[in-house]
Amino acid sequence: MSIEITKLSHIYSQNTPFESSALCEVSAVIEKGDFIGLIGHTGSGKSTLIQHLNVLLKPTSGSILIDGVDINAKGTKVRDIRQKVGLVFQYPEHQLFEETVAKDVAYGPGNLGLPENEIVQRVKDAVNMVGLDYEKIKDKSPFELSGGQMRRVAIAGVLAMSPDILILDEPTAGLDPKGRDDILKVIKELHKENNITVILVSHSMEDIAKHVNKIMVMYNGKIEFYDTPEKVFAQADRLEEIGLGVPQVTYLMKELKKTDPLVRDDIYTIDQAKAEIINMLRRRKNA
Amino acid sequence: MLKDVTIGQYYPTDSIIHRLDPRTKIHFTFLYIIILFMIDNFAGYVMAFAFLIGITLISKIPLGYIVRGVKGLVFIILITVFINLFMTPGTPIFKFWILEITDKGLEVAIFMALRLIFLVTGTSLMTLTTSPIALTDGIEYSIKAIPFIKNYAHELAMMMTIALRFIPTLMEETDRIMKAQKARGADFESGNMIKRAKNLIPILVPLFVSAFRRADELAIAMEARCYRGGDNRTRLNELKYHKIDLYAYVIIVLMTAAILSTRFIFNW
Repeated sequence: MSIEITKLSHIYSQNTPFESSALCEVSAVIEKGDFIGLIGHTGSGKSTLIQHLNVLLKPTSGSILIDGVDINAKGTKVRDIRQKVGLVFQYPEHQLFEETVAKDVAYGPGNLGLPENEIVQRVKDAVNMVGLDYEKIKDKSPFELSGGQMRRVAIAGVLAMSPDILILDEPTAGLDPKGRDDILKVIKELHKENNITVILVSHSMEDIAKHVNKIMVMYNGKIEFYDTPEKVFAQADRLEEIGLGVPQVTYLMKELKKTDPLVRDDIYTIDQAKAEIINMLRRRKNA
Repeated sequence: MLKDVTIGQYYPTDSIIHRLDPRTKIHFTFLYIIILFMIDNFAGYVMAFAFLIGITLISKIPLGYIVRGVKGLVFIILITVFINLFMTPGTPIFKFWILEITDKGLEVAIFMALRLIFLVTGTSLMTLTTSPIALTDGIEYSIKAIPFIKNYAHELAMMMTIALRFIPTLMEETDRIMKAQKARGADFESGNMIKRAKNLIPILVPLFVSAFRRADELAIAMEARCYRGGDNRTRLNELKYHKIDLYAYVIIVLMTAAILSTRFIFNW
């Protein structure tokens, strides 16, 4: 399930005084099974880009191929693309509307025109996948759940369509630390076990560093960097220049390097830092 | 779809019309509407039209923008024309089955269509050249002069300001919810009327929930800043008439006189 984006441009409200260019000749390839972290400050074009992958926006110019199929071609069925590419918007709990959790999760698969028993099975699986107890929760109103639970139900609503590519726009925004960890764990498991391609939009460098295998950095409607976390986070100065940063632990290692030039500073997770600091202490003891 | 709505939209640019006091524009529009319904001959309409074109040119608003506003009302205008055309008694000039067009009907239909078109263009010219905030300020000042509602002038204006302020927010919200449901395979474009109406539930429920949430948050935020209505409230920008407003009023009076005089000169 590879995604091939070629020279994608998008201009909002073209030919009006409100005209603004959101994407400018963006090209990138996302391989099957990738876990991509998409970062960039507000207005950098992230949301515009991900909405194109789901045919919610049509490009002003350029093309997107998913598995070799041009998703904007005339013969392509939009519904098939939206089944293949699951998109979870920011604050997805704001889109819940049904009387019960089960009905709300069933909305997506119902729209796909699946048979009744298949829908029930998918709803069950999706609710369990996001770490909720199906039997306990299925008849509750989605509006009486906690914030974290609502969000998980909303994500289940997208998972029930069994997408091959899952795009999440800041899925942890506004959640408490436990809610955040739960959601990220669910996403990580989905990626590992179901081999789903994941694109995670986030403002947290820590979350990105911990989970993804590639980072796409957007700035002013263009891709600034698209590489492995080591290589992207090595550009700390440039990242700060465009309103981003590197994980806290990377800053720590940079400070340590000032006192001990042998310390590596291309480190971006706590585990790596732990190993490197133990290393450093051993070296000092032996010296 | 939602982007095509131009009624009530503000077109930001700099022109003499934009700089006029909102009160001047409101009074002018009000008077213009009254005049439109008092005109009873073609010469009057030609003058009203010339005036409209003149103001449009001065206001620097692209003609396409104004035409788009009329487009949204084509259906209503057509119905009005149709009803007037066939329902007005008079000397028949054309007959087909039970439908009958009379000379009087033709005249009334054309007049009504012109009135509606001028009405929509005239009023949208006002909203296109006046920012929502200035508009409600102008309305507040203007209704303060009316005795029996003057005590509620501030509240009414505040409600209008908030309503106007939330139109774009709620449109954005609708767009977002629509996209989110589309991402879940929703289809808003096909099916018959009943099916389409039913398909709107996944948009309307979240929209109402969020509108209530926003209203609640806004009320609390206003209370937290000690808002308590109109009494003794001062304002940052007091409305003040300038010299161009005086000129504008002179022009308005002259125009009114000119158009109304056609009632007596050309009586055909």
